[in-house]
Amino acid sequence: MAPRFPALTSEQKKELSEIAQRIVTNGKGILAADESVGTMGNRLQRIKVENTEENRRQFREILFTVDNSINQSIGGVILFHETLYQKDGQGKLFRNILKEKGIVVGIKLDQGSAPLAGTNKETTIQGLDGLSERCAQYKKDGADFGKWRAVLRIDNQCPSNLAIQENANTLARYASICQQNGLVPIVEPEVIPDGDHDLEHCQYVTEKVLAAVYKALNDHHVYLEGTLLKPNMVTAGHACTKKYTPEQVAMATVTALHRTVPAAVPGICFLSGGMSEEDATLNLNAINLCPLPKPWKLSFSYGRALQASALAAWGGKAANKKATQEAFMKRALANCQAAKGQYVHTGSSAAASTQSLFTACYTY
Amino acid sequence: MPHSYPALSAEQKKELSDIALRIVAPGKGILAADESVGSMAKRLSQIGVENTEENRRLYRQVLFSADDRVKKCIGGVIFFHETLYQKDDNGVPFVRTIQDKGIVVGIKVDKGVVPLAGTDGETTTQGLDGLSERCAQYKKDGANFAKWRCVLKISERTPSALAILENTNVLARYASICQQNGIVPIVEPEILPDGDHDLKRCQYVTEKVLAAVYKALSDHHVYLEGTLLKPNMVTPGHACPIKYSPEEIAMATVTALRRTVPPAVPGVTFLSGGQSEEEASLNLNAINRCPLPRPWALTFSYGRALQASALNAWRGQQDNAGAATEEFIKRAEVNGLAAQGKYEGSGEDGGAAAQSLYIANHAY
Repeated sequence: MAPRFPALTSEQKKELSEIAQRIVTNGKGILAADESVGTMGNRLQRIKVENTEENRRQFREILFTVDNSINQSIGGVILFHETLYQKDGQGKLFRNILKEKGIVVGIKLDQGSAPLAGTNKETTIQGLDGLSERCAQYKKDGADFGKWRAVLRIDNQCPSNLAIQENANTLARYASICQQNGLVPIVEPEVIPDGDHDLEHCQYVTEKVLAAVYKALNDHHVYLEGTLLKPNMVTAGHACTKKYTPEQVAMATVTALHRTVPAAVPGICFLSGGMSEEDATLNLNAINLCPLPKPWKLSFSYGRALQASALAAWGGKAANKKATQEAFMKRALANCQAAKGQYVHTGSSAAASTQSLFTACYTY
Repeated sequence: MPHSYPALSAEQKKELSDIALRIVAPGKGILAADESVGSMAKRLSQIGVENTEENRRLYRQVLFSADDRVKKCIGGVIFFHETLYQKDDNGVPFVRTIQDKGIVVGIKVDKGVVPLAGTDGETTTQGLDGLSERCAQYKKDGANFAKWRCVLKISERTPSALAILENTNVLARYASICQQNGIVPIVEPEILPDGDHDLKRCQYVTEKVLAAVYKALSDHHVYLEGTLLKPNMVTPGHACPIKYSPEEIAMATVTALRRTVPPAVPGVTFLSGGQSEEEASLNLNAINRCPLPRPWALTFSYGRALQASALNAWRGQQDNAGAATEEFIKRAEVNGLAAQGKYEGSGEDGGAAAQSLYIANHAY
């Protein structure tokens, strides 16, 4: 083994580790507002709003200009490239509005999927070309963390060893490049819920995937204390006939994590992957109440599960701004409580919050 | 990925996990009394005693006749094959004496190191042939855990990728076979202290090795909650001119473990690897006072560092047996305290306790 060549100086490590801690401290989580143009199209279509840049800007503006107290529940926001450079009605950059609230700004870095030939329709993720230069620019432009979503699915012969190795490797390359440029990488190896497999099978696959991810991160000399993990919760496939309680989901999830995720990782921010707003909160709460040892923060990085009610309340109309902000704030607070295991289910829920947000074979 | 074929039933898992937790219960560690005939030759020659089966029996009797004071600090004893079938002067099998004290009986199952051709003096460990049948027999004969030692060394070009790959694979095969037979595998990937490398280098190598160990265990479907890890502490090479405090050793060791050992592993039982009795206790104590969060028990599995004073006091004379046993009990109690971060230090210097027990390129 050649003598090691440190990938990062201690100052670099300190900076990365502090950013990561800031995002997940005290029950805070992440608003994933990084929907690509195409994905925003799907969202807006549901509320019959046209997918224009202005409409996308308006909706994000409503979310980001919410009262400052949002910084008690939201530690970071992930933006899409376009949004990083957009401004509010007064010409103030969104990223500055967020920073002034003490919220860390993040940026989606992957560039979508590409097929893996010779597999059962599996994919890898593109985006490594010129990634270092892009990261350096985003860091200058105010971003302090990045996000990259790899996708694996459960099916006949899936996920294959190739899909696992290839996606784990690209995640590790992305993470290494981010850290070289002062960005904390959020590592997202999503095992999607499509299929009729049961909870046990999802747990088995999640364990294999996460073991491969952490081996790859180690091989690529990634500094774990300066990363965050964004995994799926362990759940049954969406078409599975068996139903599981939040406690069962929690036990399967925490068991999988505690067999694979080193304690050095400061935080695990779950994706919501099509769960309703309420289920995403209940599951996160049960996870935080699970009796197994949990040396990392267990929080959220929700897109749909933070925004569904807000979108429905907005309907594309500026007059609905207050109602939209209230709906968003309510979900943010609920999830912050869940991240501390303190969420109390109120019993009544608006239609949008219990509606399943599952879209088959979801791509952002 | 094919559906999982569970390696173990729920009952098997529970049995393994219960055994592991019993061994590393708070304040308890392991007495490694599994020196092979060849290793015992070196120990006995140091005190001028002939290496006969009877002398080895008499010596182990000195250790095993310790009174109930060891119940609170010894959770397990590792036996060598010969010793598992030996009896004390009253005809009581050693296994029974140990079990009656509520201590778990373990057995060394590896068959020593063999060279890896094409490497710079590196080795792998043999013993897999017929291992399942041997484990089944040992289980019947009273053993509930096993130990297998792999050896890696640090130099300009080692450990090589092959050495890491091969040794971690063989450790994982061993672990898998043990669990199939109701035996908790102690996984020992020792990185020798030979050399002049510094603390950082040892930490780097230890992280690489442990990451590979846990990836291999995952690949081989080993149930982590039913295993224990027996690693080296992270220390400088024995010929390194820089001296480090126990606190520095503790920080390097705990950092390496936090980055690689999943929280599901119930306990880490350090080897003493040539440290003096007092050093081994002080370092273990510092490790348990380290401010980083530690989700596993951190305790001892010491051979030389528990027995040096006892061996010296005995010198092969039966008249000295009582005094020798007292020396052993003393070290056992000290390490029981160190495993809880409660050891205040002996205050005395010199004597067998501080003498370095380093033997170049140690093989059991």
